[in-house]
Amino acid sequence: MEMPRPNPAILSRKAELIEKLQGVMPSDAVISDPMETRAYECDALTAYKCAPMAVVLPGSTQEVSEALRICHDMGVPVVPRGAGTSLAGGVLPTEDSVILGVSRLTDVLEADYDNRFVRVQTGRTNLSVTGAVEEQGFFYAPDPSSQLACAIAGNIAMNSGGAHCLKYGVTTNNLMGVTLVQMDGTILELGGAHMDAGGYDLLGVVCGSEGQLGIVTEATLRILPKPEGARPVLMGYDNNEVAGQAVSDIIKAGVLPVAIEFMDRPCIRACEAFAKAGYPDCEALLIVEVEGSEAEIDEQLETIMEIAQTHNPVELRQSTSAEESARIWLGRKSAFGAMGQINDYMCLDGTIPVSQLPFVLRRIGELSEEFGLDVANVFHAGDGNMHPLILYNANTPGDLEKCEALGAEILKLCVEAGGCLTGEHGVGIEKRDLMLDQYAPEDLDIQMAVKDVFDPRWLLNPAKVFPLATSEARRIAAE
Amino acid sequence: MLTPQSEAELSEIVTGAKAPLRIIGGGTRPIGTPQAGDTLSTAGLSGVTLYEPGALTLVAQAGTPVEEVEAALAKEGQRLAFEPMDHRGLLGTSGTPTIGGVVAGNISGPRRVSSVGACRDSLLGVRFVDGMGRILKNGGRVMKNVTGYDLNKLMCGSWGTLGVLSEVALKVLPQTHCTGGLVIEGLSDDEAVKVLSRALATPFEVTGAAHFQKGPDGTPVTMIRVEGSDASVRYRTGELERLLSDTGTVRIEPDAGRNSADWQAVRDVAPFHGTQGDVWKLSVKPSDAPGIVARIDGGEALYDWGGGLVWLQVPQGRQAEAIRAAVDEKGGHATLVRGRNAVATFHPPKPGVEAIEAGLRQRFDPKGVFNPGLMGRVA
Repeated sequence: MEMPRPNPAILSRKAELIEKLQGVMPSDAVISDPMETRAYECDALTAYKCAPMAVVLPGSTQEVSEALRICHDMGVPVVPRGAGTSLAGGVLPTEDSVILGVSRLTDVLEADYDNRFVRVQTGRTNLSVTGAVEEQGFFYAPDPSSQLACAIAGNIAMNSGGAHCLKYGVTTNNLMGVTLVQMDGTILELGGAHMDAGGYDLLGVVCGSEGQLGIVTEATLRILPKPEGARPVLMGYDNNEVAGQAVSDIIKAGVLPVAIEFMDRPCIRACEAFAKAGYPDCEALLIVEVEGSEAEIDEQLETIMEIAQTHNPVELRQSTSAEESARIWLGRKSAFGAMGQINDYMCLDGTIPVSQLPFVLRRIGELSEEFGLDVANVFHAGDGNMHPLILYNANTPGDLEKCEALGAEILKLCVEAGGCLTGEHGVGIEKRDLMLDQYAPEDLDIQMAVKDVFDPRWLLNPAKVFPLATSEARRIAAE
Repeated sequence: MLTPQSEAELSEIVTGAKAPLRIIGGGTRPIGTPQAGDTLSTAGLSGVTLYEPGALTLVAQAGTPVEEVEAALAKEGQRLAFEPMDHRGLLGTSGTPTIGGVVAGNISGPRRVSSVGACRDSLLGVRFVDGMGRILKNGGRVMKNVTGYDLNKLMCGSWGTLGVLSEVALKVLPQTHCTGGLVIEGLSDDEAVKVLSRALATPFEVTGAAHFQKGPDGTPVTMIRVEGSDASVRYRTGELERLLSDTGTVRIEPDAGRNSADWQAVRDVAPFHGTQGDVWKLSVKPSDAPGIVARIDGGEALYDWGGGLVWLQVPQGRQAEAIRAAVDEKGGHATLVRGRNAVATFHPPKPGVEAIEAGLRQRFDPKGVFNPGLMGRVA
């Protein structure tokens, strides 16, 4: 993976930089020992590594602002970091960069149940936001698979989704306000406890900007009352096409499940071996979950089961207990771990129109054979967000490259089918060079123009999102 | 009036523009006072270009009448879940509201308070022409998309000041079988917002929470809406009635037609149709709303979004400074939707935000031809 060459002029001023940073925050918040900075050399995309020049872990918005101002004045690139769970290389450093981590900012600042929001510092983990409000009967809706570990800062940077987006939306639909620190240290408040923007929706463009416009230190998040109950139903089909049709028919019937998850045979087998969830051995498995009171759930599931029946399922099982529901979800939730036991894998994240599901799955099968690498599919079918997992062996020379080439082909296929490169993981470095497959150069130019406004010197996470050649002129001009 | 019939023609017009253009869809929402100039309407770019009910997705050209979009959806039992307001009654305009106009203004209705969200939350993709005449796109037609920056949000609610929309892609949702309403009369503003907050904190998925300071006969009326299957609505209205019975007489409105008319009245701000005063739209923290309204002499309010949205009518040309000051003190913003006044239509941004807005405008529209004077500062 190509990254910009480190700037020797910056590297030579490391000591001066460290001294200045230590002047604005406690000395244990500035890490520069190469033994320790190694812990920050990559995120969950572990194929690419590079230790940063230094790491700072500020304890307040003010310290973030001061650290950024120092880096800005010295022309040092800054890579913002939440919990480091990005699958797209969103926090891969360069040698001459400073990692700014928000891991010490974890407080709940305000929980307001009358107005249904919670204000938190963004180093707080996703799941612990719900943890802070659930006693009052509320929850925070976006639920990425990594929710135990991932930080709200990263969720905002990548506009993270999860399994329940069909009903509740993704991060951007649940984010009401942020405190944003710009690269030059300016602190901005965008949005707040009110709804909608008074001027341009800057909050909307900051969310999903992969840490390139500013660092979000505090967030106002919408919280929702917990549903009375939820129950999944399991459907097995002997071909993907039929399963895809069932998904489309359920949606058309007017019931809106809170989640529709899809797994194909390789994934079903791996999950079954790993989690023993009691999945049938079939080509395609759907987990459809609805919410409400017991009677409301019964009513919705009746409609869903009727539709499922018309497609001749090989298995159709409604959960009858909380324990059974948990087991049905356990299989799905352990999919990534299960695949990891079998092999190294690369997890893709393209989205397609739901109607293209059968075509895309068939084409992935063909590509998999062409490249000689197995692909397992597990994804959020209701919203078309696919997660093909390409299995490869990191110790076999050339396998990673082959895997990446197959991944690129699959993502291009998603775009051709009317979809996009990434539904919830972000572009990072992983999909950076595919951006021109989805967008024309001028479409990227207007996006980069937004960065020009927020970060004129292109110091924040500069080598991400846009192909290096596309952003080169701007990065050089800014130096 | 310039009425391009294609995206290419639109691009040509903008490329050649040397003087300000007034960008409109159907012209039914003339908010603010942009500088005079040629009017450019997108009404010629019309038609639903793609509709996949099984994927809950609709793509339409910007000038497509809202009515046409809604009719296409209704045929398949679906709808625009954010129920865009029709401004004609409030603003005394005629003409045909367009889907591009809805997106440009981020126009949302009572369901905004639920997890459905605003127009911007249903917007999946846009095509637009920027100030240099370039035809650009952002987003797409799928529900989850984090590929690059989300400029949909920037275009939605920028009232044609950053670009001229040519096409929009929207997430749509199934219609519900039944609408149920609860009505409580005689509450003060403060009590009403508290009741609405309690209802919104239940698991019963309230999709409308409004309070008329003056109902049809002058008595305050507080309304709560739930939607779903017949059985579900019966259950939920029953539960809510029980829960809220300590606040006064809670009446369940059984008539579907009446419910639908009442919520349309909220959506379109019916109490202020044909009246004389200025009308302000306040977006504030719900619990702050009654206090802000109480500070404005001579005001009359309709609360929506559980109190988060206040339609405030004041005597013509009055109270602008007081409204802005009251909102500034608590946080939020106030837009002058109807009436002419010496103050800016949109809430003046804070300095740091203002600089960014001006920078964006300069880059999206370097010639300053799109609705100059309408929003923010012209670079």
